[in-house]
Amino acid sequence: MAERGHQVVATTATNALNEGSSLRIVEVSKHFPAADASSERTHALDNISLSVAAGELVSVVGPSGCGKSTLLRLIAGLDHCDSGTLTVGADAIHEPSAERGLVFQDPNLFPWLTVRRNIESGLVARGVLHEKRHEVDEFIRLVGLETFAKAYPHHLSGGMAQRVALARALINHPKVLLLDEPLGALDAFTRMRMQDEVLRLWEARGATILLVTHDIDEAIYMSNRIVIMTPRPGRVERIIPVSLERPRQRNSAEFLRLRGDILEFLHFTRGAG
Amino acid sequence: MNVSSVQVKEPVQVAKAVETPNGLASSSLAAGSKMRARTFLAVPTATLIAFVVHLFVSQDEPAVDTRSYSVFLAGMFGLSVAAAAVQPLWSSLRRWMAHMCPIIAATVLLLCLWEVITSGLRLLPMPYFPSPAGVLQSLLNDRKLLFDSTWHSLLLLLSGYVLGVSIALVTGICIGWFPLARYWGMPLLKALGPIPATAWVPLAMVLSPSGIFSAVGLVALAVWFPVTMLTISGIANTRASYLDVARTLGAGPKHLIFRVAIPAAMPSIFIGLFMGLGTSFLTLIVAETVGVKSGLGWYVSWAQGWAEYGKVYAALVIMAAFFSTIMTVLFKVRDRVLVWQKGVIKW
Ligand SMILES: Nc1ncnc2c1ncn2[C@@H]1O[C@H](COP(=O)(O)OP(=O)(O)O)[C@@H](O)[C@H]1O
Ligand SMILES: [Mg+2]
Repeated sequence: MAERGHQVVATTATNALNEGSSLRIVEVSKHFPAADASSERTHALDNISLSVAAGELVSVVGPSGCGKSTLLRLIAGLDHCDSGTLTVGADAIHEPSAERGLVFQDPNLFPWLTVRRNIESGLVARGVLHEKRHEVDEFIRLVGLETFAKAYPHHLSGGMAQRVALARALINHPKVLLLDEPLGALDAFTRMRMQDEVLRLWEARGATILLVTHDIDEAIYMSNRIVIMTPRPGRVERIIPVSLERPRQRNSAEFLRLRGDILEFLHFTRGAG
Repeated sequence: MNVSSVQVKEPVQVAKAVETPNGLASSSLAAGSKMRARTFLAVPTATLIAFVVHLFVSQDEPAVDTRSYSVFLAGMFGLSVAAAAVQPLWSSLRRWMAHMCPIIAATVLLLCLWEVITSGLRLLPMPYFPSPAGVLQSLLNDRKLLFDSTWHSLLLLLSGYVLGVSIALVTGICIGWFPLARYWGMPLLKALGPIPATAWVPLAMVLSPSGIFSAVGLVALAVWFPVTMLTISGIANTRASYLDVARTLGAGPKHLIFRVAIPAAMPSIFIGLFMGLGTSFLTLIVAETVGVKSGLGWYVSWAQGWAEYGKVYAALVIMAAFFSTIMTVLFKVRDRVLVWQKGVIKW
């Protein structure tokens, strides 16, 4: 049963992400209006610049409130920046598109749809359910929820819900995949399995992935580069390339040394600020 | 191997009572069956009491007026005894009876009390408060006209309700979703909506060529306001994150309205549907009383005009059954549509 599942997952994997697109973020700033007259407006992002090559996997880490989610929403096209430009491939980003998939921090499943229908909803939204219906089962299997296909979201644990959200984003084969702490709610074991799953999807087609995480190990294990952000206003503090061989060993000497460096750096910046 | 699907929470299942043959279980079983026996005998006992009381108080009355009530009570007695006898073999009947028997028995005792007060002790002025036997007799005597009236009421209610709900959904969705529609629609709604539909009766009678049309219009108007209001609030309060998710999945405006906002608004829309049903009952009866010359509302005022209070109460009994049946149907529809909210799983 597990082998058979794996077989199908492999064919899905090669299709799940299209050839990636490059991503350019140039001098982007974003303010949020003040909640009331007495408070100041929030300077969420300050002059952020970042280029992500096609097919690159870049992690973004930083303390909460430093604007990571805001950055992803801008790239997704859900919000607009005050100044600066965002481009994907050759096109400026104006509005959301199925080519840029986003997995939110909360699963945000549609509670009125079953697991299966939630995963289908990307196909329904694009009006291609009829042609692509066969893929739905593969994605349900990918996230290991075959027995829950007909369950409604309020029967799922947090981790299961997040896996459904991941499958729902993947079924559109996005060229850029934006992941906002998608594995944060999972237990350590499932989390590692899903990390490998995401890596396999990524390696199979070389899509572009921007992964927000608060887990340094996850960032080192997964990404080509790690972007460290600082809060209020959100700035790119430092970009650390990770040149470890893949598949990476979580306890290799280089891994641990890099981890130590990053932790030290984070501690240093926190102490200074 | 597939650890992730092993660690999942299984949906809670109602544990089935397992009958075990050991002493402890059987003693608690015996206590349970004693209680059960009392429950199952409640209705026969109550009907028996009611029957004896009935025979006693109706001695002086003409037999034609009281016979059907005797038959009713006797039939009820026979049925309840038969049900109590059959229930050990029929588990769904047993469960239903365990739940319903106390209520049915109490109802029978209330009928009995009513009979004692009216034909027994004659505490209430006579033509206005007939005994249950008298009401049952009127109901049977006038069954054809009552059936006709119920049928007309049903047609009127359904056409008005469906019309009102259809218009309300369109206006509610437009006002809830489009800012421009909200700007122009909201003031109109706030000004006209709270006027009770029955206040439009004079205008409706002037405007409409036939009483039927004005009655349908009034019922529709009565339904329209609450359903529109609750639809607007449901649509406008759709969680922004659902819309965001749908947009990143490539949804266009049509998908956002019909596949996200409307399902998200469904719980709120159903509250409106229930409120609308309540106001539509009221409006239906008023419209039938003053305008249309048919239906249960008309029947009540007609029977009252002839001082036939037995018929008035007969019509009220029918109305109670009629309205609560419709209410139940709407509840069933809601349970169907909102399974995702209630947490009923259909595998
Ligand atoms: N819609 C919003 N309105 C006002 N302030 C916001 C909004 N979204 C985010 N912020 C503020 O912007 C800052 C960055 O938020 P966010 O991007 O969610 O941080 P992170 O994801 O890194 O934890 C925070 O100070 C937050 O309070
Ligand atoms: Mg965040």
